[in-house]
Amino acid sequence: MAFKGALVIDTEKCKGCAVCITGCPQDPKCIGLSKKVNAKGYNYLEMVNEEACIGCASCAVICPDGVIEVYRAKC
Amino acid sequence: MTREDIIKPENLVYKRTPVLTDATMHYCPGCGHGVVHRIIAEVIEEMGIQDNVIGISPVGCSVLAYNYFDVDFVEAAHGRAPACASAIKRLRPETFVFSYQGDGDLASIGCAEVVHACNRGENITMIFINNGIYGMTGGQMAPTTLEGMETVTCPYGRDPKIMGHTMRLTEMLAQLPGTYYVTRQAVYTPAAARKCKKAIRQAFENQKLNKGVSFVEVTSNCNSGWKMTPVQANKWMEENTLKYFPLGDMKVDGKFDPKFIERVGTFDQPNETIFSLRKK
Repeated sequence: MAFKGALVIDTEKCKGCAVCITGCPQDPKCIGLSKKVNAKGYNYLEMVNEEACIGCASCAVICPDGVIEVYRAKC
Repeated sequence: MTREDIIKPENLVYKRTPVLTDATMHYCPGCGHGVVHRIIAEVIEEMGIQDNVIGISPVGCSVLAYNYFDVDFVEAAHGRAPACASAIKRLRPETFVFSYQGDGDLASIGCAEVVHACNRGENITMIFINNGIYGMTGGQMAPTTLEGMETVTCPYGRDPKIMGHTMRLTEMLAQLPGTYYVTRQAVYTPAAARKCKKAIRQAFENQKLNKGVSFVEVTSNCNSGWKMTPVQANKWMEENTLKYFPLGDMKVDGKFDPKFIERVGTFDQPNETIFSLRKK
């Protein structure tokens, strides 16, 4: 059974520390830092490889600011 | 399957807990404090004790912790969080009381308070964030700074001959009879963060048993104080800090872990400097 995941990222609270990217088990990584910045001037997180996400929530459990919301569906 | 099909309330796996307020945390990007705050809040939510928990915030980076938790909080004087927590728990034994301290607060200034609170066996949960540096005041040397590590007040690296040895405070406290559960965890990988959550949950559950102090040390990073990026700091912590402060349980249910006894047996050997100077 395969799962597909999706992330909802609170880009205004994200500080762009990139710790979550190291936590992502997929190769290539599903998430990456955007070239755009938020109101505080941080390059926020965005999904770069939506197809690969399995909704494991590894990024969310090490996010220091709790900006990632994870959804997972069977497919 | 499109993104819209997946993002539905029934597919929700992980969401920021409502026990944390909506305030943006003031911590530096990538700081371990944020993860530990979230883990504590999740444990409070899972146990359903939000109306019945009192936290004690320290002085240090986490001095403003009361802004981020939607629970009752007391701000203690520098290092006095265990004394404050003892009083609250004695006066209100039905509440869950936890103190949250950094290493400058707990290991240095509040060393006496924490040792005596653990020796008395107060029925509280203590969370100790060890990042080996005074983060808030600009990166000065703390008792837990590693040998050879550069800080603002030891710019040539910590020399144990002048500045003393790195303090393993959690190992000290584990040997006091008043402690019931003593463990060291970290939050630098998803697996470690999940383990840390289990340990903090256990530490809160232990308050129901009324057996003594539950002490959780969380080895953390301080990327601003260490002058690194968050990812580098986590890597450096894994390579250096965790050698001197290995992760794992020291005391579970009031009994020593066999691996811990073995490790304490090596403490009388001369403390060789295993850490070279970090960078030139």
